[in-house]
Amino acid sequence: MTHEKDFFVRLALDRGAFQLNLDMALPGSGITVLFGPSGSGKTTVLRCVAGLERPGRGLIRLGSEVWQDDSKGVFRPTWKRDIGYVFQEASLFDHLNVRSNLHFGVRRAAKSGAVEALEQAIELLGIDHLMNRQVSGLSGGERQRIAIARALATQPRLLLLDEPLASLDAARRQEILPWLEKMRDELRIPMLYVTHSTDEMARLADHLVVLFNGAVMADGPASEVLSRADSPVMVGEDAGVLLAGTVSRRDEQWQLSEITTAGGSIWVDDAHLGVGRRVRLRVLARDVGIALQSDREQTTRNQLLGIVESIHDDLRPSQFLIRIRCADSIMLARISKKAVSDSAIGIGSEIQVRLQSVAVIA
Amino acid sequence: MNADAVSAIRLTIELAALTTLVLLIIATPLAWWLSQTASRWRAPIGALVTLPLVLPPTVFGFYLLVSMGPLGPVGQLTQFLGLGTLTFTFTGLLIGSVIVSLPFAVQPIQHAFESIGSRPMEVAFTLRAHPVDAFFSVALPLAWPGILTAAILTFAHTVGEFGVVLMLGGNIPGQTRVISTQIYGHVEAMEFEQAHWLAAGMVVFSFVVLLVLALLRKRVDRVVA
Repeated sequence: MTHEKDFFVRLALDRGAFQLNLDMALPGSGITVLFGPSGSGKTTVLRCVAGLERPGRGLIRLGSEVWQDDSKGVFRPTWKRDIGYVFQEASLFDHLNVRSNLHFGVRRAAKSGAVEALEQAIELLGIDHLMNRQVSGLSGGERQRIAIARALATQPRLLLLDEPLASLDAARRQEILPWLEKMRDELRIPMLYVTHSTDEMARLADHLVVLFNGAVMADGPASEVLSRADSPVMVGEDAGVLLAGTVSRRDEQWQLSEITTAGGSIWVDDAHLGVGRRVRLRVLARDVGIALQSDREQTTRNQLLGIVESIHDDLRPSQFLIRIRCADSIMLARISKKAVSDSAIGIGSEIQVRLQSVAVIA
Repeated sequence: MNADAVSAIRLTIELAALTTLVLLIIATPLAWWLSQTASRWRAPIGALVTLPLVLPPTVFGFYLLVSMGPLGPVGQLTQFLGLGTLTFTFTGLLIGSVIVSLPFAVQPIQHAFESIGSRPMEVAFTLRAHPVDAFFSVALPLAWPGILTAAILTFAHTVGEFGVVLMLGGNIPGQTRVISTQIYGHVEAMEFEQAHWLAAGMVVFSFVVLLVLALLRKRVDRVVA
């Protein structure tokens, strides 16, 4: 996957109470998550990229295609932008059946390979059995999968997703997330994904942009942005890091899998993942315990060796957020100030890091 | 049924059908504009369209009579074009009916467009549909219950129209004498039996129209829910 920055979004918008001012250079591949609380301007950014809203001043360029450049008076209307857009609530056309909904964009995009693209989208989202159904009889999850397939089938150069799971209940969300992960892994279409859910962000983001009050607070590769300890407020209680790794061994007897990461090897519940499979681990700061190395000699499973890089104030006044370097990766640990003081841990201390809970998220 | 009655019924249906056709063509774009625009002209134009709901038809009939008459501006124009005057003709009657039935056509269609909201059109745009394409392929099909309601209401209202018809059309058999004026004529002539037949027919017709509308609304509600 290349991380070349060839997608530029520069927007300035002033609506009195709400102001948006940002300048982003984004990778032209993978999933870029726009993350932030409601009212931070995420959806407005997406609508501007789609041309559904026109900011005061803007520049939107994807590769060699300029969709908007107000300094040159360029504004391409939505229907001439090569995008797919998935709205928050399923937005299927009620007067058409599933098949006609899917054909709506394909016919108008009029691209070569349309039949194959449509078939691929139908297969990728697993909606083949719904093709002749009326829209009104479908569940929320089915509707959203069809809406995603409809957008994909036009073979867009960019896929925009506006909280596509927000209107679904938790079970439906878990039903759709795997499809989105599959899309990320199998398609080469870059995606701009808006969400305020840390779970979705952690599972999907390759690149992460954190928005707050219409401005960019952090922008970079997801694992890097998440391991910054200076702005835990971004993710609140869910502060934690992402680790990329590979399944290196399976322990059938105890139903465990060993994941090799840049920070060391970590054992997780066996998720029936094949050896060699690349996975993503999420370790929340509150699930990380630390101890000075001399305290305990033997290393057990899920203990890594690390060095304290920095110590930051956390959300709660009783706690520190500690940034630890473990080999080539970063861990965050949320530890009470008293514990840190009692064990005389400071910057540069060599410590043992215990991972009490690790989630395999992809 | 005598020949006069048959002629009046035929004329009434012709007038109502043509009025409905013309009004759907005029009211649909007008309703779309009213439902979408943020223009400061929206309120005054909306009020103008609604005017026939509150004014007695005789007021419209009077103004139309004056303006289409030989000395009125419309009358001058039609004479200049070699069309003569439109007063006391079927065409004149049609114009009058279109104007007084305007709110019955515009309002249901406007409400239908408003209840669709902007989202379906935005979705269509993101699927490469040009606005004109999106209007015909998305907005219009989604608004069909409103359009159907408008057509039925316009037809029924034209059938029941009396004031404008009398002011503008006179009461010329075979040309401008419709059911409502025919009944009036019978009553004036003390022909109560004929009046009874036509009047009862109108009651039954109007009841059926309102029943159909109610059933239609129920069906639409079910589809939407």
